[in-house]
Amino acid sequence: MADSATLKTPLHALHVELGARMGPFAGYDMPIQYASGILAEHLHARSHAGLFDVSHMGQAELVGPDHAAVAAALERLCPADFLALAPGRQRYSQLLNAEGGIIDDLMVSRPPGADGKLNLVVNAARKAVDFEVLEANLPSSVRLNRLDRLALVALQGPAAVHVLQRLAPASGVSAMSFMAARPVQLGRFAAFVSRSGYTGEDGFEIALPADEVDAFARRLLADPEVAPIGLGARDSLRLEAGLCLYGHELDETIDPIEADLAWSIQKRRRVEGGFPGAARIQAALASGPARRRVGIRPDGRAPARDGAEIFDAAGAPVGVVTSGGFGPSVGQPIAMGYVASPAAALGTALSLMVRGRSLAAKVSPLPFHPHAYHRG
Amino acid sequence: MTETRYTKDHEYARVEGDVAVVGISDHAQQQLGDVVFVELPAVGVKLAKGDGAAVVESVKAASDVFAPVSGEVIEVNGAVDAQPGLINEDAMGRGWLLKIKLADAGELASLMSEADYAAFLKTLA
Repeated sequence: MADSATLKTPLHALHVELGARMGPFAGYDMPIQYASGILAEHLHARSHAGLFDVSHMGQAELVGPDHAAVAAALERLCPADFLALAPGRQRYSQLLNAEGGIIDDLMVSRPPGADGKLNLVVNAARKAVDFEVLEANLPSSVRLNRLDRLALVALQGPAAVHVLQRLAPASGVSAMSFMAARPVQLGRFAAFVSRSGYTGEDGFEIALPADEVDAFARRLLADPEVAPIGLGARDSLRLEAGLCLYGHELDETIDPIEADLAWSIQKRRRVEGGFPGAARIQAALASGPARRRVGIRPDGRAPARDGAEIFDAAGAPVGVVTSGGFGPSVGQPIAMGYVASPAAALGTALSLMVRGRSLAAKVSPLPFHPHAYHRG
Repeated sequence: MTETRYTKDHEYARVEGDVAVVGISDHAQQQLGDVVFVELPAVGVKLAKGDGAAVVESVKAASDVFAPVSGEVIEVNGAVDAQPGLINEDAMGRGWLLKIKLADAGELASLMSEADYAAFLKTLA
């Protein structure tokens, strides 16, 4: 990765102009924070609207003869029900290996008006692996087109819908519900928009041509309610929202049931299987996984970070913290981690080993900060 | 007369008689970002120069603060314990962390002066 950290998104010059502190992420030189700092950015996204550059993520489309063929091709690799995905809707899923471990998590949307196309958004650090797996496993009638000329931004927060409505009053974005996805004309910008995000707030993810995204971002930033948000606050926002980050909560040894993502496997797929690792996943659905992703709140004010060991009340090791820090909206330290199932019940007393000392903590409900999705 | 000396790890020691007031430099607080938690040593602990003296945690990460000089911890700043953001507001003043009674005033000579530290920061830019 050392010499690949020079990749730039189409908004790189804008980040630098805005005074961002840049740092490497998934091979890209990305904004970690802007001048106001992570705390202020985090709180701004919760109270107004934050603009995130997520153009480093992988965008692609699957194209085939009809929806059934494309959905079936993706269902061979992911456990979600894509056959039942309605036009104009989006679904969260995971790309699985033969053991049911998570190769990546991804968003899949079915554009309205096109029969035989699904749009995919995957993680930056995993896109090369994902596209290789997809291409190696697609039937000859379905092909993968990488959409490298598309940029992606997210506008997140309670004011996001008002900002887009002001920019494009005729766009109808306010009528979209959570996980709706469709082409939208935003003023002079032709975009593909989904009402979704990675903060727990209402908001939108907006794909548009890379050569137009700088002008579009500047239009959004001209709205007094919009501030640019870096990867630092993106991480604290998603942690408060209880959302998984690949490489932390998710990896190739973890299955979706352990990750507490059973909600993303619809009933038909649970019954029928037909995805990689179905036997392991169906067994975990029936009798419970051996370990489970949980929310954790340290009792005091010291944060526990990724990698901190977790012990039960008797002092036996039961797991490890996968993400941890301070929750700016919660006002306290928060963490997620994996613990053996007997220690996963809400309220279970745990201790976390931080700098050689044991911190008292409890298993706590997720999300830490309530979701504010627009369910319409 | 007080004099402030600095380490390459961006701790400062403001010398007041035979006591060093220790904290992190303004440059260090800027680099760390919003401080949300501070772990201070117990009063009475004897530190050798370079020992871990405190931990300052920002939203992003935890950073060790090393003792710039050897000696006994005679006081810690309870105000930053209650209000870690003081370190961002006033790292060199109200955001101090601990006071060390100097065991060896000669150690101060190995630390950077104000001017040397300013020059050192320029090499990092």
